Amino acid sequence: MSPEMIDLLLKSLWETCYMVAASTILATIVGMPLGIILTVTSKGHILENKVINTILGAIVNATRSTPFIILMVAIIPLTRMIVGSSIGTTAAIVPLTISAAPFIARIIESSLLEIDPGVIEASQSMGASPMQIINKVLLPEAMHSIVLGVTLAIISLIGYSAMAGALGGGGLGDLAIRYGYQRFRMDIMIATVVILIAQVQIVQSLGNYISSKLNKTKI
Amino acid sequence: MIELQNVEKTYHSNHGDVCALKKTNLKIAAGEIFGVIGLSGAGKSTLIRCINMLETPTGGKVIVDGQELTTMKDSELRKARQNIGMIFQHFNLLACRTVYDNIAFPLEIQGMSKSVIKQKVEPLLALVGLEDRRNHYPSQLSGGQKQRVGIARALASNPKILLCDEATSALDPQTTKSILALLKDINRRLNLTIVLITHQMQVVKEICDRVAVIEDGTIIEEGTMFDLFTNPKTPTTKEFISSINNVELPEMLKNAPMSKEYLEGSRPLVRLSFIGDSAGDPLISTLIKKYDVDVNILYGNIDSIKDIPYGTLLIEINGDREHIKTAINYLHERKLKIEVIGYVS
Repeated sequence: MSPEMIDLLLKSLWETCYMVAASTILATIVGMPLGIILTVTSKGHILENKVINTILGAIVNATRSTPFIILMVAIIPLTRMIVGSSIGTTAAIVPLTISAAPFIARIIESSLLEIDPGVIEASQSMGASPMQIINKVLLPEAMHSIVLGVTLAIISLIGYSAMAGALGGGGLGDLAIRYGYQRFRMDIMIATVVILIAQVQIVQSLGNYISSKLNKTKI
Repeated sequence: MIELQNVEKTYHSNHGDVCALKKTNLKIAAGEIFGVIGLSGAGKSTLIRCINMLETPTGGKVIVDGQELTTMKDSELRKARQNIGMIFQHFNLLACRTVYDNIAFPLEIQGMSKSVIKQKVEPLLALVGLEDRRNHYPSQLSGGQKQRVGIARALASNPKILLCDEATSALDPQTTKSILALLKDINRRLNLTIVLITHQMQVVKEICDRVAVIEDGTIIEEGTMFDLFTNPKTPTTKEFISSINNVELPEMLKNAPMSKEYLEGSRPLVRLSFIGDSAGDPLISTLIKKYDVDVNILYGNIDSIKDIPYGTLLIEINGDREHIKTAINYLHERKLKIEVIGYVS
């Protein structure tokens, strides 16, 4: 493989990492509060509120049921408004974030709902406020499970980023299609696939490791 | 210290209303160990949760330490709850915090500084005997140790009241004993008012000063442990008493032919209960000497309720009809609790 090709691979790898990292961080910033609100407003929870829970749940479901490729095209005007362009790696972050945020919200919701109601009751009996219960009980106790969920989200974002790449977002997916597929460069195709596989492996192993370090229920 | 006035709790569901607690009145004095005993579903869980308002009563007043909790705002209630510690059947410890940090948790909630917290947690670790486990996580502890952490955590904010929700039900008998001893000890040392709910008569017998028996959301009997034990009025209470007072007949007599009435040549089976001082009388030898009957002791047991001795004896009396009759009359006159179970032939 020529040095130019290797440069190209490295550049694409960087673009993928950038897209995935930025959208994971942004989606978590949006999804975390959503997931927390979905949890605490659910039936029998500390701030039960049927109206908020139903409305928020509907929005999350609607976003999650739109296929990524359609979502990406549909929100082009919004992307242009935020980034100034609808093409390019940075522009791809907008649809990636919007599709991952509700996914992360649901992941965090299901992690938080796993917390034993008895532990929440015990905190209430000590006079903890809802905010203290969220910050000192729910989040720390669920963190190992949230980490696994976010790992899952990162991996699906790696997949989505390839799709975004095909629509002008750059990255490894874009490289595989333009060189590997359209120019019949089998070596490039194999190289990108190998890199993607390695990336997923590393992310998953890292996620498992961090989660097990945080999990004190099995020592 | 604690007063419930006409407290009731009804749950509304799609299948209709369920009344878990009917108009309940209760007064618990400071420094007392008060037990509430009942079968599952009797409403004891609801009752204890009304005391710290984890369950909001649908009617009535809850007054704790002179403050009416039922009319408080959420923020005031949270403050008031810091005066009421609570321990649970399944301990409810934070799995991701060490023993030390679990005990520190209620103090953190109150916004205390690290150094103040340390000053308060250290003696508590010593009190419950877990100094060498301070850096362990709950998953590394046994049930008894977890409950000790629960107790230390509940005591961290110097509460005046400790609520125990089936605190020993998940523990083995040996551990139950040690936890009860610890509760008794802190009750005396800190003059702590303890309210405990349980379905185990053993627990109540061991440490309670006064007891209420609850059934179908209603307190059906209430009194000192001793009154209840020696003079139960309701069938449910009798049932609970019998669970710790061995009244089962010995195996060999279970299948023996027994009649309710005296038949020629049959021998009465009598259960005697001795309480406190009467345990000192030479009863059996008097019976034998004075009434010319044979006495066969089948079962005997001496127990104590809150440190008062309480004995049970199961005897079989043999002799001719008249002698047996006068002998039983003599026992009745002695003001002992006696019960003729039947006549074995």
